[in-house]
Amino acid sequence: MTTTNKTVIAPARDEAAGSTPQLKALLERSGTVVLPLVAVAVFLGLWQALSAAGLTGTLPGPLQVVQDVQPLIVGFFNNSENDVGVAWQLAASLQRVAIGYSLAAVVGVAVGILMGSMRPFQLALDPIFQVLRTIPPLAWLPIALAALSQANPSAIFVIFITAVWPIIINTAVGVRSTPQDYRNVASVLKLSKPTYFFEILLPSAASYIFTGLRIAVGLAWLAIVAAEMLTGGVGIGFFIWDSYNSSRMADIILAVLCVGVVGFVLDRTIYYAGRLLVASE
Amino acid sequence: MIQPFLELSYISKAFPTPKGPFVALKDVALKIRKGEFVALLGHSGCGKSTLLNIVAGLSQASAGGVILEGKETDQPGPDRMVVFQNYALLPWLTAYENVFLAVRSTMPGAPESERRSVAERYLALVGLAAKADKRPGEISGGQKQRVSIARALATRPKVLLLDEPFGALDALTREEMQEEVLKIWEADRTTVLMVTHEIDEAILMADRIVMMTNGPAATIGEVFEVPFARPRSRAEILEDPAYYTLRNRILAFLYDRFGEPVLAD
Repeated sequence: MTTTNKTVIAPARDEAAGSTPQLKALLERSGTVVLPLVAVAVFLGLWQALSAAGLTGTLPGPLQVVQDVQPLIVGFFNNSENDVGVAWQLAASLQRVAIGYSLAAVVGVAVGILMGSMRPFQLALDPIFQVLRTIPPLAWLPIALAALSQANPSAIFVIFITAVWPIIINTAVGVRSTPQDYRNVASVLKLSKPTYFFEILLPSAASYIFTGLRIAVGLAWLAIVAAEMLTGGVGIGFFIWDSYNSSRMADIILAVLCVGVVGFVLDRTIYYAGRLLVASE
Repeated sequence: MIQPFLELSYISKAFPTPKGPFVALKDVALKIRKGEFVALLGHSGCGKSTLLNIVAGLSQASAGGVILEGKETDQPGPDRMVVFQNYALLPWLTAYENVFLAVRSTMPGAPESERRSVAERYLALVGLAAKADKRPGEISGGQKQRVSIARALATRPKVLLLDEPFGALDALTREEMQEEVLKIWEADRTTVLMVTHEIDEAILMADRIVMMTNGPAATIGEVFEVPFARPRSRAEILEDPAYYTLRNRILAFLYDRFGEPVLAD
């Protein structure tokens, strides 16, 4: 009896086993696309409902926003004196971030290596940096304006000072945590200082350095919008502030969306650069 | 006795602790001939690896010192190359690049082509020519150990220091590697000092087995000559009655005389 039962059941099981995983895989794959879309739709629906009910103040609902931003999207790449498109506003901000962030990367990695490899530097600088790094980016702006007396260099300085701390601290930790094994190999082989630096110290600390760089690029992008609101001129931060002052609420929403997308792209760029350059263990 | 090739001259090592210095090694004295394979055997924690690090120059003796070819040495250098316990390969370099880094730094004057061929030759010697472009993360534990051995041999050291070289391998791979390293060693007879806690490994590979007493203040308790002819094979040794006599004497040393740390004082 049992044997016949088994033979009857077995093919049915096989069939089920054949289709279910496929179905599951399909659901899982479509889930990564469908579920986020559902979440966005729910969010937009709520927003539309709230604005229709008049609960969002002067902020328009999503349908209104889509209508209002048409000219802005048409003129996305405009570059005339009185009508600078959002693309160019973003480009101006990105340029400031690029300068400030590059400076922070160079200075941060250099100081971090110094602190990580020479104990007196660590002892001398660490307490100072632990205090300085907690200062909010915008608190530096008056100091920068006082010292540099120009808006643009001051904004760049704010980016620099915001981005530099995580780079310094992560690099120093990375250098300090070079495994003793690697140091032993270097001393037994009597590697020269430059060889040790480039072949052992830097690669060993690379994953820490990239962690610092990734945190830093996020912070830099956070700071630029706030800094530009205060310094003015061309730039996405001032564009947002200016739109608010002229009651162009839909423009703000488009600009904020762009800021988010650019920030996401910056973060991913550093992440993939790190994956490319840091050897996997 | 003629002047020894490598001499450990009354080495003592004390570590400072809050409760005063902890004496790990006390008056370790040993003379090693050129081309000799010496195994340091003892319970774990007896200071074998500390002693090896002192010979390598990675750690400094508190008293006494290491004399290589009549000259005292207390700094690390490629003439006393180490095969580290956990391989210590650089994970961002390929197997070939790991070996080449060692060759490059020990043959600074040599032309590039010669250095390349040396690195390739030693990688082939350990049977890893086919894995030259693999990173350590992409090869097995046994293969990593081969790369580590190739790196050590490629620097052509005067003394090769093996720090429990097969400790991290599974039993089958360990036996395979022991025999392979033995074969390589029997071909060129570099002077070897090997730290181990495996009795059979010591008997199979070494000319002399140096027994360490238990710490604190560990020192050499006894030295056994291993009477088997070279080249050796595990099968032949296991058939030899002398193997069992030697093994029993080593076991008696380890477990009857120094089984309890109390007895070490």
